[in-house]
Amino acid sequence: MDVIVLVVIITALAFDFTNGFHDTANAMATSIATGALKPKVAVALSGVLNLIGAFLSVAVAETISSGLLEDTKITPVVIFGGLIGAIVWNLVTWLLGLPSSSSHALFGGLIGATWVAAGADAVHFGTVVSKILVPAVLAPIVAGVVALAGTYLAYRITSRAHRATVGAGFKTGQVVSASLVSLAHGTNDAQKTMGVITLTLVTAGALAPGSAPPFWVIVAAGLAIAGGTYTGGWRIIRTLGKRITEIETPQGFAAETSSTAVILVSSQLGFPLSTTQVCSGAIFGAGAGRQLAQVRWSLAGQMGIAWVLTLPAAAIVGALAGWVAETGTVGTVVVAVVGLAIAGAIYALSRGEPVDAHNVNEVPVAAPQAAAVSNA
Amino acid sequence: MSVTIDWGALGMVFFVSFGSAVGVIVLFAVGVSALAERNCAPSQASQKVTGPRWARPVATLCFLGCALVVVYGLYLIIK
Repeated sequence: MDVIVLVVIITALAFDFTNGFHDTANAMATSIATGALKPKVAVALSGVLNLIGAFLSVAVAETISSGLLEDTKITPVVIFGGLIGAIVWNLVTWLLGLPSSSSHALFGGLIGATWVAAGADAVHFGTVVSKILVPAVLAPIVAGVVALAGTYLAYRITSRAHRATVGAGFKTGQVVSASLVSLAHGTNDAQKTMGVITLTLVTAGALAPGSAPPFWVIVAAGLAIAGGTYTGGWRIIRTLGKRITEIETPQGFAAETSSTAVILVSSQLGFPLSTTQVCSGAIFGAGAGRQLAQVRWSLAGQMGIAWVLTLPAAAIVGALAGWVAETGTVGTVVVAVVGLAIAGAIYALSRGEPVDAHNVNEVPVAAPQAAAVSNA
Repeated sequence: MSVTIDWGALGMVFFVSFGSAVGVIVLFAVGVSALAERNCAPSQASQKVTGPRWARPVATLCFLGCALVVVYGLYLIIK
């Protein structure tokens, strides 16, 4: 087996790991914020459900790029460059505490690497617009409107009921709704890495075309995403759980239920939407649906910028990485070493102001504390 | 460059997810309210307050409805 194949497999698993910790927040941020689940319990639950999810679904993606690229032009080197671009962007947005779509980062990286390796003709820009850009705008709006209506009705219906019982009831409901988001995530996202590894093995001639992923690939991808999830991207959890708005249990339940519904319905109807964008939109909607709740819409602007930049930024890094790796084994090693150095530097920067299970629910002074006008 | 957006599918996504999510949230909210009726402040009254008779069956039905939707959701995830 070529060295590059081995390198791609390891890099793919590293990407899967960042995918996991980037997306823990989607399922668990509101449950952690409302205290429905203790932080450590939440990430452990989410990790286990992601692992189970990896084994549940066998529908591995038939193509790596979902039609965004000319698949015949994709080589292991292109995949390697694409993965490096995706990992670097995932780490940068994690450092900034911004949720962004891991799949869009992967597609961006692949687009950049393919462009350099095979020219712009190998990139289907029309498909990029209709499969990435338009859904990216619509996903948060759809989820936000659903969560807004759900939250508004939840408060209307329970307005005269005993508040402590209502709070406790929704708290219990949140555990179930958050678990469903995690499971849906595991069945979707672990598949992507399995698909990447399997198709790389096919390209290298180690597997027959059309093969199902070998068992070790399923186990490795499941463990990587579950491990990443358990590590918990606490910075992003804090952004979604505490910085957008002060979340109460009915809002958390409404946001998670809306996210689950939109994710499941959209993937069933063949219009898959990004989990990250759906969940973020739902939290804004849940914030807007409760009277007197303060929503920091400026954060929506920051997230929007991160989402717009995800694809081109990952593409640039992917293009550079692919271009250097294309030169041979030495180039590949150089890219791997530089990639590790960047990851190490970002980790070191994150230690300057660490966010972990203990302070995940504390909003930093820099972001002004919302006047928590709770009607509880 | 050909940009094709399946607006029909998108509309379906919106209406089906709106219906199912808001449906579950409303059911759950009614169930929780019914539960709260049963638990409402026993200290306010000297006699034991158990709430109206309809409270328990309503709450049970609501939560049962939610559970069914969750099971269907699980089926969609697993199948």
